[in-house]
Amino acid sequence: MYPEKLLYTKDHEWVSVDGEIGTIGISKYAEQSLGDIVYVDVPKVGASVEAGKTLGSVESVKAVSDIYSPITGEVTAVNETLATAPEKINEDPYELGWLAKIKMSAPDELKGLMNAAAYAKYLEGQ
Amino acid sequence: MSDLKKTPLNETHRRSGAKMVDFGGWDMPVQYSGVIDEHNTVRKAVGLFDVSHMGEIEVRGPEALALVNYVSTNNAAKLKLGQAQYSGLLYEHGGFVDDILVHKVADDHYFLCVNASNQDKDFEHIAAHNKFDCEVENAGPRYAQIAVQGPKGPATLQKLTKTELAPIKYYHFEDGEVSGTPARIARTGYTGEDGFEIYVAPDQAARLWDELMEAGAEFGIKPAGLGARNTLRLESAMALYGHEIDASIHPFEAGLSWIVKMDKGDFLGRAALEKAQSNRKLTGFTMCGRGIGRDGYEIQIDGSAAGWVTSGGPSPTTGKNLGMCYVPVDKAAPGNAIQIMVRNQPVEAVTAATPFYKRAK
Repeated sequence: MYPEKLLYTKDHEWVSVDGEIGTIGISKYAEQSLGDIVYVDVPKVGASVEAGKTLGSVESVKAVSDIYSPITGEVTAVNETLATAPEKINEDPYELGWLAKIKMSAPDELKGLMNAAAYAKYLEGQ
Repeated sequence: MSDLKKTPLNETHRRSGAKMVDFGGWDMPVQYSGVIDEHNTVRKAVGLFDVSHMGEIEVRGPEALALVNYVSTNNAAKLKLGQAQYSGLLYEHGGFVDDILVHKVADDHYFLCVNASNQDKDFEHIAAHNKFDCEVENAGPRYAQIAVQGPKGPATLQKLTKTELAPIKYYHFEDGEVSGTPARIARTGYTGEDGFEIYVAPDQAARLWDELMEAGAEFGIKPAGLGARNTLRLESAMALYGHEIDASIHPFEAGLSWIVKMDKGDFLGRAALEKAQSNRKLTGFTMCGRGIGRDGYEIQIDGSAAGWVTSGGPSPTTGKNLGMCYVPVDKAAPGNAIQIMVRNQPVEAVTAATPFYKRAK
Protein backbone atom coordinates (compact mmCIF):
# COMPACT_ATOMS: atom_id res chain seq x y z
CA MET A 1 0.00 0.00 0.00
CA TYR A 2 2.77 2.44 0.95
CA PRO A 3 6.09 1.81 -0.83
CA GLU A 4 9.18 1.97 1.38
CA LYS A 5 11.20 4.15 -0.96
CA LEU A 6 8.75 7.05 -0.80
CA LEU A 7 8.31 9.90 1.67
CA TYR A 8 4.82 11.05 2.68
CA THR A 9 3.01 14.16 3.91
CA LYS A 10 0.11 14.49 6.33
CA ASP A 11 -1.97 15.64 3.37
CA HIS A 12 -1.30 12.29 1.66
CA GLU A 13 1.13 13.34 -1.05
CA TRP A 14 4.25 11.27 -1.69
CA VAL A 15 7.71 12.22 -2.93
CA SER A 16 10.22 9.99 -4.65
CA VAL A 17 13.73 11.45 -4.58
CA ASP A 18 16.25 10.98 -7.37
CA GLY A 19 19.21 13.34 -6.91
CA GLU A 20 17.88 16.88 -6.92
CA ILE A 21 14.57 15.88 -8.53
CA GLY A 22 11.54 15.02 -6.44
CA THR A 23 8.60 13.27 -8.12
CA ILE A 24 5.24 13.95 -6.49
CA GLY A 25 1.98 12.02 -6.40
CA ILE A 26 -0.87 11.17 -4.05
CA SER A 27 -1.00 8.11 -1.84
CA LYS A 28 -3.23 5.08 -2.13
CA TYR A 29 -5.13 6.39 0.87
CA ALA A 30 -5.83 9.69 -0.90
CA GLU A 31 -6.77 7.98 -4.14
CA GLN A 32 -9.18 5.65 -2.36
CA SER A 33 -10.72 8.44 -0.32
CA LEU A 34 -11.38 10.47 -3.44
CA GLY A 35 -12.82 7.64 -5.51
CA ASP A 36 -13.01 7.86 -9.31
CA ILE A 37 -10.63 10.63 -10.34
CA VAL A 38 -11.90 12.57 -13.35
CA TYR A 39 -9.73 15.68 -13.56
CA VAL A 40 -6.23 16.74 -12.63
CA ASP A 41 -4.88 20.27 -12.50
CA VAL A 42 -1.09 20.67 -12.22
CA PRO A 43 1.15 23.69 -12.80
CA LYS A 44 3.06 24.28 -16.00
CA VAL A 45 6.68 23.28 -16.45
CA GLY A 46 8.85 26.10 -15.17
CA ALA A 47 6.44 27.18 -12.44
CA SER A 48 7.78 27.72 -8.93
CA VAL A 49 6.16 25.80 -6.12
CA GLU A 50 6.54 26.15 -2.40
CA ALA A 51 6.37 23.47 0.25
CA GLY A 52 2.98 23.44 1.95
CA LYS A 53 1.38 25.60 -0.74
CA THR A 54 -1.14 24.46 -3.32
CA LEU A 55 0.48 22.67 -6.23
CA GLY A 56 -2.74 21.86 -8.04
CA SER A 57 -5.88 19.84 -7.55
CA VAL A 58 -7.36 16.46 -8.15
CA GLU A 59 -11.07 16.05 -8.71
CA SER A 60 -13.20 12.98 -8.27
CA VAL A 61 -16.80 12.65 -9.38
CA LYS A 62 -17.87 14.05 -6.06
CA ALA A 63 -15.27 16.52 -4.92
CA VAL A 64 -12.26 18.72 -5.48
CA SER A 65 -9.15 18.09 -3.43
CA ASP A 66 -6.17 20.44 -3.32
CA ILE A 67 -2.70 18.98 -3.63
CA TYR A 68 -0.03 20.61 -1.50
CA SER A 69 3.55 20.51 -2.64
CA PRO A 70 5.73 18.61 -0.16
CA ILE A 71 8.83 20.46 -1.45
CA THR A 72 9.97 23.83 -2.73
CA GLY A 73 11.42 24.20 -6.20
CA GLU A 74 10.74 24.45 -9.90
CA VAL A 75 8.47 22.17 -11.91
CA THR A 76 10.57 20.34 -14.51
CA ALA A 77 7.91 17.93 -15.81
CA VAL A 78 4.23 17.15 -15.45
CA ASN A 79 2.45 13.89 -16.19
CA GLU A 80 0.74 14.77 -19.48
CA THR A 81 -1.16 11.48 -19.68
CA LEU A 82 -3.33 12.54 -16.74
CA ALA A 83 -4.98 15.24 -18.88
CA THR A 84 -6.75 12.56 -20.88
CA ALA A 85 -6.48 9.61 -18.48
CA PRO A 86 -6.83 10.92 -14.90
CA GLU A 87 -7.98 7.46 -13.81
CA LYS A 88 -4.34 6.36 -13.96
CA ILE A 89 -4.08 7.79 -10.45
CA ASN A 90 -6.68 5.30 -9.24
CA GLU A 91 -5.09 2.46 -11.15
CA ASP A 92 -1.50 3.11 -10.16
CA PRO A 93 -0.97 6.04 -7.77
CA TYR A 94 2.77 5.43 -7.30
CA GLU A 95 3.98 4.86 -10.86
CA LEU A 96 1.71 5.80 -13.78
CA GLY A 97 -0.22 8.25 -11.63
CA TRP A 98 2.65 10.59 -10.73
CA LEU A 99 1.75 14.27 -10.96
CA ALA A 100 4.86 16.41 -11.32
CA LYS A 101 8.65 16.44 -11.05
CA ILE A 102 10.25 19.24 -9.09
CA LYS A 103 13.85 20.40 -8.99
CA MET A 104 14.31 20.91 -5.28
CA SER A 105 15.76 24.15 -3.98
CA ALA A 106 15.54 23.21 -0.30
CA PRO A 107 16.24 19.46 0.03
CA ASP A 108 16.33 19.81 3.81
CA GLU A 109 12.54 19.92 3.67
CA LEU A 110 12.59 16.18 3.06
CA LYS A 111 13.55 15.68 6.69
CA GLY A 112 10.12 16.90 7.70
CA LEU A 113 8.34 14.15 5.75
CA MET A 114 7.29 10.72 6.97
CA ASN A 115 8.72 7.41 5.88
CA ALA A 116 6.35 4.57 4.99
CA ALA A 117 6.22 3.17 8.52
CA ALA A 118 5.53 6.58 10.08
CA TYR A 119 2.88 7.30 7.46
CA ALA A 120 1.15 3.97 8.04
CA LYS A 121 1.07 4.75 11.73
CA TYR A 122 -0.23 8.25 11.02
CA LEU A 123 -3.07 6.74 8.96
CA GLU A 124 -4.17 4.59 11.87
CA GLY A 125 -5.18 7.79 13.62
CA GLN A 126 -7.16 9.07 10.62
CA MET B 1 -20.40 10.35 14.72
CA SER B 2 -22.65 8.88 17.39
CA ASP B 3 -25.08 11.74 16.81
CA LEU B 4 -25.73 10.71 13.23
CA LYS B 5 -29.08 9.17 12.43
CA LYS B 6 -28.99 5.69 10.98
CA THR B 7 -31.30 3.89 8.60
CA PRO B 8 -32.31 0.26 9.29
CA LEU B 9 -29.77 -0.70 6.61
CA ASN B 10 -26.77 0.90 8.31
CA GLU B 11 -25.25 -2.43 9.35
CA THR B 12 -25.85 -3.83 5.87
CA HIS B 13 -23.93 -0.94 4.28
CA ARG B 14 -21.03 -1.19 6.69
CA ARG B 15 -20.84 -4.95 6.26
CA SER B 16 -20.77 -4.56 2.45
CA GLY B 17 -17.84 -2.17 2.60
CA ALA B 18 -19.68 1.00 1.65
CA LYS B 19 -17.97 4.31 2.22
CA MET B 20 -20.16 6.19 4.67
CA VAL B 21 -20.60 9.95 4.95
CA ASP B 22 -22.55 12.43 7.04
CA PHE B 23 -25.39 13.45 4.75
CA GLY B 24 -27.50 16.12 6.41
CA GLY B 25 -27.14 14.40 9.77
CA TRP B 26 -27.58 10.88 8.41
CA ASP B 27 -24.86 8.24 8.26
CA MET B 28 -25.32 7.21 4.63
CA PRO B 29 -23.41 5.23 1.99
CA VAL B 30 -21.87 7.56 -0.58
CA GLN B 31 -20.44 4.73 -2.65
CA TYR B 32 -19.82 1.00 -2.78
CA SER B 33 -17.90 -0.13 -5.88
CA GLY B 34 -17.35 3.43 -7.13
CA VAL B 35 -19.64 6.22 -8.29
CA ILE B 36 -19.08 5.72 -12.02
CA ASP B 37 -19.49 1.95 -11.86
CA GLU B 38 -22.69 2.27 -9.82
CA HIS B 39 -24.00 4.98 -12.13
CA ASN B 40 -23.44 2.84 -15.22
CA THR B 41 -24.96 -0.20 -13.52
CA VAL B 42 -28.19 1.73 -12.94
CA ARG B 43 -28.25 3.00 -16.54
CA LYS B 44 -27.61 -0.44 -18.04
CA ALA B 45 -28.95 -2.97 -15.54
CA VAL B 46 -30.20 -2.34 -12.00
CA GLY B 47 -28.98 -0.67 -8.83
CA LEU B 48 -30.26 -0.75 -5.27
CA PHE B 49 -30.44 2.41 -3.15
CA ASP B 50 -31.21 2.81 0.52
CA VAL B 51 -33.34 5.93 0.70
CA SER B 52 -34.77 5.23 4.12
CA HIS B 53 -33.56 8.61 5.29
CA MET B 54 -36.31 10.21 3.20
CA GLY B 55 -39.27 11.40 5.25
CA GLU B 56 -42.90 10.36 5.01
CA ILE B 57 -45.85 12.45 6.12
CA GLU B 58 -49.36 11.01 6.23
CA VAL B 59 -52.39 13.25 5.89
CA ARG B 60 -55.70 11.66 6.87
CA GLY B 61 -59.26 12.81 7.32
CA PRO B 62 -62.31 13.82 5.31
CA GLU B 63 -60.59 17.06 4.36
CA ALA B 64 -57.21 15.52 3.55
CA LEU B 65 -57.38 16.70 -0.05
CA ALA B 66 -58.19 20.26 1.04
CA LEU B 67 -55.11 20.41 3.28
CA VAL B 68 -52.78 18.79 0.74
CA ASN B 69 -54.01 21.12 -1.98
CA TYR B 70 -53.64 24.14 0.28
CA VAL B 71 -50.02 23.43 1.24
CA SER B 72 -48.81 22.13 -2.14
CA THR B 73 -48.52 23.69 -5.59
CA ASN B 74 -49.66 20.88 -7.88
CA ASN B 75 -53.32 19.89 -8.06
CA ALA B 76 -53.84 16.82 -5.88
CA ALA B 77 -57.51 16.81 -6.90
CA LYS B 78 -56.36 15.41 -10.25
CA LEU B 79 -54.86 12.33 -8.63
CA LYS B 80 -56.60 9.00 -9.00
CA LEU B 81 -56.30 6.33 -6.32
CA GLY B 82 -52.87 4.79 -6.67
CA GLN B 83 -51.40 7.77 -8.46
CA ALA B 84 -48.51 10.01 -7.40
CA GLN B 85 -47.44 13.50 -8.41
CA TYR B 86 -44.38 15.72 -7.99
CA SER B 87 -45.23 18.90 -6.13
CA GLY B 88 -43.85 21.78 -4.10
CA LEU B 89 -44.41 23.07 -0.59
CA LEU B 90 -44.06 26.85 -0.57
CA TYR B 91 -43.78 29.54 2.03
CA GLU B 92 -46.21 32.41 1.81
CA HIS B 93 -43.48 34.43 0.08
CA GLY B 94 -43.31 31.87 -2.74
CA GLY B 95 -39.98 30.22 -1.88
CA PHE B 96 -39.64 26.47 -1.42
CA VAL B 97 -40.09 24.71 1.90
CA ASP B 98 -39.40 21.48 0.02
CA ASP B 99 -40.20 19.47 -3.08
CA ILE B 100 -42.30 16.38 -2.45
CA LEU B 101 -44.14 13.41 -3.92
CA VAL B 102 -47.85 13.23 -3.16
CA HIS B 103 -49.46 9.77 -3.30
CA LYS B 104 -53.23 9.33 -3.15
CA VAL B 105 -53.85 6.25 -1.00
CA ALA B 106 -57.57 6.88 -0.44
CA ASP B 107 -60.00 9.79 -0.74
CA ASP B 108 -59.23 10.62 2.88
CA HIS B 109 -55.56 9.59 2.93
CA TYR B 110 -52.55 11.15 1.19
CA PHE B 111 -49.00 9.92 1.64
CA LEU B 112 -46.20 12.44 1.12
CA CYS B 113 -42.58 11.52 0.52
CA VAL B 114 -40.29 14.41 1.51
CA ASN B 115 -36.59 15.16 1.71
CA ALA B 116 -34.68 13.67 4.63
CA SER B 117 -33.27 16.85 6.09
CA ASN B 118 -36.55 18.73 5.61
CA GLN B 119 -38.96 16.24 7.13
CA ASP B 120 -39.41 17.88 10.52
CA LYS B 121 -39.63 21.35 8.98
CA ASP B 122 -42.18 20.07 6.43
CA PHE B 123 -44.26 18.38 9.09
CA GLU B 124 -44.34 21.52 11.23
CA HIS B 125 -45.17 23.62 8.21
CA ILE B 126 -48.08 21.42 7.19
CA ALA B 127 -49.33 21.02 10.76
CA ALA B 128 -49.19 24.79 11.27
CA HIS B 129 -51.49 25.31 8.29
CA ASN B 130 -53.83 22.48 9.18
CA LYS B 131 -57.01 24.54 9.44
CA PHE B 132 -58.89 21.54 8.09
CA ASP B 133 -58.88 19.31 11.14
CA CYS B 134 -56.84 16.62 9.39
CA GLU B 135 -54.61 14.13 11.11
CA VAL B 136 -51.03 14.91 10.08
CA GLU B 137 -48.41 12.35 11.03
CA ASN B 138 -44.63 12.68 10.79
CA ALA B 139 -44.28 9.05 9.79
CA GLY B 140 -40.61 8.77 8.77
CA PRO B 141 -39.66 6.35 11.55
CA ARG B 142 -42.39 3.92 10.43
CA TYR B 143 -40.93 3.46 6.96
CA ALA B 144 -37.79 2.20 5.33
CA GLN B 145 -37.49 2.99 1.63
CA ILE B 146 -35.52 1.06 -0.95
CA ALA B 147 -35.20 2.21 -4.56
CA VAL B 148 -34.74 -0.46 -7.23
CA GLN B 149 -33.66 1.53 -10.27
CA GLY B 150 -32.66 0.64 -13.78
CA PRO B 151 -34.00 -1.16 -16.86
CA LYS B 152 -33.80 -4.49 -14.95
CA GLY B 153 -35.47 -3.01 -11.87
CA PRO B 154 -38.96 -4.29 -12.68
CA ALA B 155 -37.71 -7.81 -13.49
CA THR B 156 -35.73 -7.88 -10.25
CA LEU B 157 -38.63 -6.78 -8.08
CA GLN B 158 -41.17 -8.97 -9.87
CA LYS B 159 -39.37 -12.06 -8.57
CA LEU B 160 -40.28 -11.05 -5.01
CA THR B 161 -43.89 -9.94 -5.39
CA LYS B 162 -47.21 -11.31 -6.59
CA THR B 163 -48.31 -7.78 -7.46
CA GLU B 164 -48.22 -7.51 -11.20
CA LEU B 165 -45.74 -4.73 -11.90
CA ALA B 166 -46.17 -4.28 -15.65
CA PRO B 167 -49.58 -2.53 -15.36
CA ILE B 168 -48.24 -0.02 -12.79
CA LYS B 169 -47.54 3.07 -14.86
CA TYR B 170 -44.89 5.70 -14.18
CA TYR B 171 -45.89 7.79 -11.16
CA HIS B 172 -48.41 5.20 -10.01
CA PHE B 173 -48.22 2.81 -7.08
CA GLU B 174 -49.87 -0.19 -5.56
CA ASP B 175 -50.03 -1.50 -2.03
CA GLY B 176 -49.10 -5.16 -1.95
CA GLU B 177 -46.47 -7.45 -0.53
CA VAL B 178 -42.82 -7.84 -1.33
CA SER B 179 -41.33 -11.09 -0.10
CA GLY B 180 -44.16 -11.57 2.35
CA THR B 181 -44.17 -8.15 3.97
CA PRO B 182 -46.64 -5.32 3.29
CA ALA B 183 -45.14 -2.80 0.90
CA ARG B 184 -46.08 0.32 -0.99
CA ILE B 185 -44.70 -0.25 -4.48
CA ALA B 186 -44.32 2.99 -6.42
CA ARG B 187 -43.05 3.34 -9.97
CA THR B 188 -41.09 6.47 -9.14
CA GLY B 189 -37.42 7.33 -8.85
CA TYR B 190 -34.67 9.89 -8.88
CA THR B 191 -32.42 8.43 -11.54
CA GLY B 192 -34.17 8.97 -14.87
CA GLU B 193 -34.48 5.21 -15.26
CA ASP B 194 -37.40 2.83 -14.95
CA GLY B 195 -37.77 1.28 -11.53
CA PHE B 196 -39.58 1.30 -8.23
CA GLU B 197 -39.40 2.85 -4.81
CA ILE B 198 -40.61 0.47 -2.12
CA TYR B 199 -41.83 1.54 1.29
CA VAL B 200 -41.73 -1.14 4.00
CA ALA B 201 -41.56 -1.48 7.77
CA PRO B 202 -38.03 -0.71 9.03
CA ASP B 203 -37.54 -4.14 10.60
CA GLN B 204 -38.06 -5.76 7.19
CA ALA B 205 -35.56 -3.60 5.32
CA ALA B 206 -32.34 -5.57 5.84
CA ARG B 207 -33.94 -8.89 4.84
CA LEU B 208 -35.58 -7.30 1.82
CA TRP B 209 -32.31 -5.67 0.75
CA ASP B 210 -30.54 -9.04 0.81
CA GLU B 211 -33.36 -10.70 -1.12
CA LEU B 212 -33.35 -7.96 -3.73
CA MET B 213 -29.59 -8.33 -4.13
CA GLU B 214 -30.11 -12.04 -4.67
CA ALA B 215 -33.05 -11.56 -7.05
CA GLY B 216 -31.07 -9.08 -9.14
CA ALA B 217 -27.87 -11.11 -9.21
CA GLU B 218 -28.69 -12.57 -12.64
CA PHE B 219 -28.97 -9.01 -14.00
CA GLY B 220 -25.76 -7.79 -12.38
CA ILE B 221 -27.43 -5.78 -9.61
CA LYS B 222 -25.17 -3.62 -7.45
CA PRO B 223 -25.80 -1.50 -4.39
CA ALA B 224 -25.46 2.18 -5.17
CA GLY B 225 -24.79 5.16 -2.95
CA LEU B 226 -25.62 8.82 -2.77
CA GLY B 227 -22.77 9.68 -5.14
CA ALA B 228 -24.37 7.80 -8.03
CA ARG B 229 -27.82 8.99 -6.97
CA ASN B 230 -26.56 12.53 -7.49
CA THR B 231 -24.89 12.00 -10.88
CA LEU B 232 -27.98 10.12 -12.12
CA ARG B 233 -30.43 12.81 -11.04
CA LEU B 234 -28.13 15.54 -12.39
CA GLU B 235 -28.11 14.00 -15.88
CA SER B 236 -31.90 13.85 -15.66
CA ALA B 237 -31.92 17.50 -14.46
CA MET B 238 -34.05 16.73 -11.42
CA ALA B 239 -33.96 19.39 -8.72
CA LEU B 240 -32.23 18.81 -5.40
CA TYR B 241 -33.38 20.86 -2.42
CA GLY B 242 -30.62 23.16 -1.22
CA HIS B 243 -29.20 23.33 -4.74
CA GLU B 244 -31.71 24.11 -7.51
CA ILE B 245 -34.43 25.08 -5.06
CA ASP B 246 -34.58 26.53 -1.56
CA ALA B 247 -36.47 29.13 0.46
CA SER B 248 -35.10 31.96 -1.70
CA ILE B 249 -36.13 30.42 -5.03
CA HIS B 250 -39.65 30.30 -6.42
CA PRO B 251 -40.91 27.59 -8.78
CA PHE B 252 -41.01 29.72 -11.95
CA GLU B 253 -37.32 30.54 -11.63
CA ALA B 254 -36.53 26.86 -11.17
CA GLY B 255 -38.37 25.84 -14.34
CA LEU B 256 -41.05 24.17 -12.24
CA SER B 257 -44.11 26.08 -13.43
CA TRP B 258 -45.49 22.69 -14.53
CA ILE B 259 -46.01 21.72 -10.88
CA VAL B 260 -47.79 24.99 -10.05
CA LYS B 261 -51.52 25.01 -10.80
CA MET B 262 -52.52 28.64 -10.33
CA ASP B 263 -56.12 27.90 -11.32
CA LYS B 264 -56.80 25.20 -8.71
CA GLY B 265 -57.88 27.60 -5.97
CA ASP B 266 -55.96 29.23 -3.16
CA PHE B 267 -52.75 27.68 -1.87
CA LEU B 268 -49.81 28.80 0.22
CA GLY B 269 -47.50 30.99 -1.85
CA ARG B 270 -50.04 31.61 -4.60
CA ALA B 271 -50.47 35.33 -3.89
CA ALA B 272 -46.70 35.83 -3.96
CA LEU B 273 -46.36 33.90 -7.21
CA GLU B 274 -49.00 36.08 -8.88
CA LYS B 275 -46.74 39.06 -8.36
CA ALA B 276 -43.45 37.20 -8.70
CA GLN B 277 -40.86 38.78 -10.91
CA SER B 278 -37.40 37.54 -11.42
CA ASN B 279 -34.45 38.14 -13.62
CA ARG B 280 -32.89 34.73 -13.13
CA LYS B 281 -33.70 31.31 -14.50
CA LEU B 282 -32.38 27.81 -14.04
CA THR B 283 -30.70 26.32 -17.09
CA GLY B 284 -28.28 23.56 -17.98
CA PHE B 285 -24.67 24.07 -18.95
CA THR B 286 -21.85 22.05 -20.40
CA MET B 287 -18.18 22.88 -19.96
CA CYS B 288 -16.19 23.78 -23.08
CA GLY B 289 -12.83 24.53 -21.49
CA ARG B 290 -10.82 22.30 -19.20
CA GLY B 291 -12.32 22.29 -15.73
CA ILE B 292 -15.39 21.16 -13.86
CA GLY B 293 -18.07 23.61 -12.79
CA ARG B 294 -19.27 22.56 -9.36
CA ASP B 295 -21.96 23.45 -6.84
CA GLY B 296 -21.69 27.08 -5.79
CA TYR B 297 -19.16 28.23 -8.38
CA GLU B 298 -19.75 31.75 -9.70
CA ILE B 299 -20.90 32.32 -13.24
CA GLN B 300 -19.64 35.31 -15.18
CA ILE B 301 -20.74 36.80 -18.46
CA ASP B 302 -18.38 39.30 -20.09
CA GLY B 303 -16.36 39.57 -16.91
CA SER B 304 -19.23 40.32 -14.52
CA ALA B 305 -20.90 38.08 -11.95
CA ALA B 306 -24.08 36.72 -13.55
CA GLY B 307 -25.19 33.72 -11.52
CA TRP B 308 -24.05 30.52 -9.87
CA VAL B 309 -23.81 26.78 -10.41
CA THR B 310 -26.47 24.90 -8.45
CA SER B 311 -25.14 21.41 -9.20
CA GLY B 312 -22.29 20.43 -11.46
CA GLY B 313 -19.86 17.64 -12.12
CA PRO B 314 -18.81 14.95 -14.51
CA SER B 315 -21.59 13.04 -16.25
CA PRO B 316 -20.65 9.39 -16.68
CA THR B 317 -23.31 8.69 -19.33
CA THR B 318 -22.46 11.59 -21.66
CA GLY B 319 -18.77 11.83 -20.78
CA LYS B 320 -19.17 15.60 -20.44
CA ASN B 321 -18.72 17.94 -17.52
CA LEU B 322 -22.11 19.54 -17.03
CA GLY B 323 -24.58 20.89 -14.55
CA MET B 324 -27.34 23.35 -13.80
CA CYS B 325 -27.05 27.03 -12.97
CA TYR B 326 -28.93 30.25 -12.45
CA VAL B 327 -28.27 32.92 -15.06
CA PRO B 328 -30.13 36.06 -16.19
CA VAL B 329 -33.38 35.19 -17.98
CA ASP B 330 -32.11 36.48 -21.33
CA LYS B 331 -29.11 34.12 -21.14
CA ALA B 332 -31.04 31.01 -20.11
CA ALA B 333 -31.76 29.70 -23.60
CA PRO B 334 -29.39 26.98 -24.82
CA GLY B 335 -26.27 28.10 -26.65
CA ASN B 336 -25.23 31.18 -24.68
CA ALA B 337 -21.54 31.49 -23.82
CA ILE B 338 -20.88 31.79 -20.08
CA GLN B 339 -17.78 31.52 -17.96
CA ILE B 340 -17.59 29.50 -14.78
CA MET B 341 -15.08 30.59 -12.17
CA VAL B 342 -13.03 27.53 -11.33
CA ARG B 343 -10.58 28.42 -8.57
CA ASN B 344 -10.62 32.08 -9.61
CA GLN B 345 -10.06 31.31 -13.27
CA PRO B 346 -12.86 31.75 -15.82
CA VAL B 347 -13.49 28.56 -17.79
CA GLU B 348 -15.66 28.63 -20.91
CA ALA B 349 -19.04 26.91 -20.78
CA VAL B 350 -22.26 27.08 -22.74
CA THR B 351 -25.87 27.00 -21.60
CA ALA B 352 -27.59 23.78 -22.60
CA ALA B 353 -31.01 22.21 -22.81
CA THR B 354 -32.02 19.77 -20.08
CA PRO B 355 -32.37 16.94 -19.36
CA PHE B 356 -28.92 15.81 -20.45
CA TYR B 357 -30.10 12.24 -20.50
CA LYS B 358 -33.45 10.73 -21.37
CA ARG B 359 -34.03 7.01 -21.37
CA ALA B 360 -35.40 5.32 -24.45
CA LYS B 361 -39.06 4.51 -23.90
